[in-house]
Amino acid sequence: MSLSIKATRFCKHMVVSLTLSTICVAVNAASDDPLKLGLVSFYSGGASGPVGIPSRNGADVIIKAINEGTLPGSYSNSGKGAGGRPVAPVYSDEAVDSAARVTEYRNLVQRQGVDAVIGYASSGSCLAITPVAEELKTLTLLYYCGSTRIFEEGARKYVFRTMASQDVENIAAARYITSLNPKLKSISGMNQNYAWGQDSWRDFKESLDQIKPAVSVKTKQFPKIFAGQYGAELTALARSGADVVHSSFWGGDMEALILQGAPRGVFDDQTLLLTTGGTAFYSLADQIPEGTVIGARGQGDMFAPESELNTWFRNAYKKAYGENPTFPAYYMAQSVLALKAAADKAAKAKGGAPAMDEVRAAMKGIEYASPAGTIKMARANGHQAITGVGYGTFTLVDGKPSLKNVRRYSAECVNPPAGTSSSDWIKSGFLGAQCKQ
Amino acid sequence: MPEKNFNITIIAATLLLITVGFILPGWLTFLTISILAKALVVVGVAVLMRGGIVSFGQGLYYCIGAYAVGLGGKFLGITDLLGLMFLALVAGLVSGSLLGLLMKRYREIFFAMFSLALSMILFGVLSKSQLLGSTDGFTIVKPTILGATLSTDNANHAIYIFACLLSGIVIWLGQRYLRSPMGFAGEALRDNEVRVEYLGVAPETIIYTKYLIASVTASLGGGLMALTLGHIGPEMAYWSQSGEFIFIALLGGTSHIAAPFVGTAVFEFIRTFALELAPNAWQIILGVVLIFIIIFFPSGIWSLFSSLKEKLRSGESGSPSKTPSVDLKKGDS
Repeated sequence: MSLSIKATRFCKHMVVSLTLSTICVAVNAASDDPLKLGLVSFYSGGASGPVGIPSRNGADVIIKAINEGTLPGSYSNSGKGAGGRPVAPVYSDEAVDSAARVTEYRNLVQRQGVDAVIGYASSGSCLAITPVAEELKTLTLLYYCGSTRIFEEGARKYVFRTMASQDVENIAAARYITSLNPKLKSISGMNQNYAWGQDSWRDFKESLDQIKPAVSVKTKQFPKIFAGQYGAELTALARSGADVVHSSFWGGDMEALILQGAPRGVFDDQTLLLTTGGTAFYSLADQIPEGTVIGARGQGDMFAPESELNTWFRNAYKKAYGENPTFPAYYMAQSVLALKAAADKAAKAKGGAPAMDEVRAAMKGIEYASPAGTIKMARANGHQAITGVGYGTFTLVDGKPSLKNVRRYSAECVNPPAGTSSSDWIKSGFLGAQCKQ
Repeated sequence: MPEKNFNITIIAATLLLITVGFILPGWLTFLTISILAKALVVVGVAVLMRGGIVSFGQGLYYCIGAYAVGLGGKFLGITDLLGLMFLALVAGLVSGSLLGLLMKRYREIFFAMFSLALSMILFGVLSKSQLLGSTDGFTIVKPTILGATLSTDNANHAIYIFACLLSGIVIWLGQRYLRSPMGFAGEALRDNEVRVEYLGVAPETIIYTKYLIASVTASLGGGLMALTLGHIGPEMAYWSQSGEFIFIALLGGTSHIAAPFVGTAVFEFIRTFALELAPNAWQIILGVVLIFIIIFFPSGIWSLFSSLKEKLRSGESGSPSKTPSVDLKKGDS
């Protein structure tokens, strides 16, 4: 008896609190002066450590500076806020099932009334969110996901991506590895068995075929994502004896690959090429095999060109969180700054705080400064960024991680030109690529 | 509940939901469709549970339904809402009737593990098919209705109305099934399979029927989800998705055909507001609330309704009729 009374009371509380929170939300959405910004990434689960939390921290550093008007460099005279509007972040977790991702995107826009959304680390999320963003006519900046399909499957009006797509880092990887080792004869692959891993391997292999046609493939391993144990695959790699092992492993899987492969000596004679190795650069400095090729999906972190903005960002991040900003933090910063740059541009043209449609129009084809260098929204009708890509070879100097043979490939060298799909461009032998020798 | 009352209630509830749909904000319309779609799958899980078997792979049919809709649009060029949903129904029926021949021979943990294995095979196959976008899945265009191309808003509303009607029909048919001799035989099976066999009913037929019902409702749910999301991926067949369905079934209770709908609604509402409240600790809120619900209602949230009803009835006649349900505390024999 008392149980059911308690239960009824409990239910009543639930109903009341649910109703209350709905009302609060409705009130919040009514005032539209601050630019309410939804920020979505993996804030819980396995991808939160290497990707989601650095991203959130990177966003917080930039948003704080935007609102206080303390951004240096080319932003130093841009005043407080984005286009004069203070930025108010609202966070939402990406670590939910695919149905809930779309539901939560709708909730951000329709219930919480955000003006724009920045986010999504997984390509699956980006592909699912893109049509919804178009349907709800909400400015959405994809900050981290790599799939080339987002802009190749249709023209977008409301969706932008502020970093280069996943093909670009693999094209650059093929260029780097052939310049590092001109006598390259054979490669092996170690990629996760899902879209990211499959596409990365395909683009790397096809690019290499163009640059150095006679390279043979010794073995290609596709273990399950988040498998954690790679004993069998590492044995296959050790036996294959290729010159280079290409891997697009990321986060915890990538760290496991290093931790399990290095002690077995798998990468003593074969060069390990990690396209996203940058996140382990500081944390696994003692374990990464000497001579491992490290990438950072662009020019974030260790590949960021010297600039006032970059120095400020590193210091501000370190001061706030006590550690170096890894590249996900850079790419989130890059995305938030795209919004700032476009809003400022729109405000200047209008002479007042811009509406979101004006910000969107200003963002098309914009060129702006980020801690990771200059970003140009040059592809997909001004919706897809092209960025340079850096690669380097890992070495320990006095016990500290550092890079030698660093190369930065310019955006025009490794990004397909506007209007060309990446697979066509690779097959054409990178027609029109402008690479500085 | 007398049959007539039930019919009136179900028609009234469906009509009410459809009417409310005209004033709901966009996000709530969308959330309601997802709740109904997921609840359709959970109905199947609950129907199986009443027969004492737990399917740990209902994601299989959820995914089959979704891909039937997706592939029907992509390769067969079908865009009609009803046509696509019919395709999902046929896909669920055909695959369920074939796999059911195998599954009806297994019980308990063997059934659970076997169903899990089948759904993970589908996940594996879809993850390897680059033509279908691998793990990233692919996009589905908004459907047309009876040849008419609608604006996105109207198409969403049409899906909403369709979801309400479909759920109403499934509840009505499901109730008829559960109140039929075949439906009651399921509970008898859970209590003692040997006795059921001696009574002259083949246990395998009972399981097969339940399995078919579950696969059809799950693929309808999957198809509906695909249409409303506009994007599908192999994740739908992943084991954690199937686990969520079982969890919701236990949360809602299995004592009534409408219980899964209540369970799903509670689950989804708690989740969405927990996510808003604590973006990186929402699982804690969700977990704690769900633990409390299970402590207070070991037979699911529906037991709240049935105990209320019993109270009313015992006031009238003094002879409460107990509806069978899976009790979490006692477990199954």
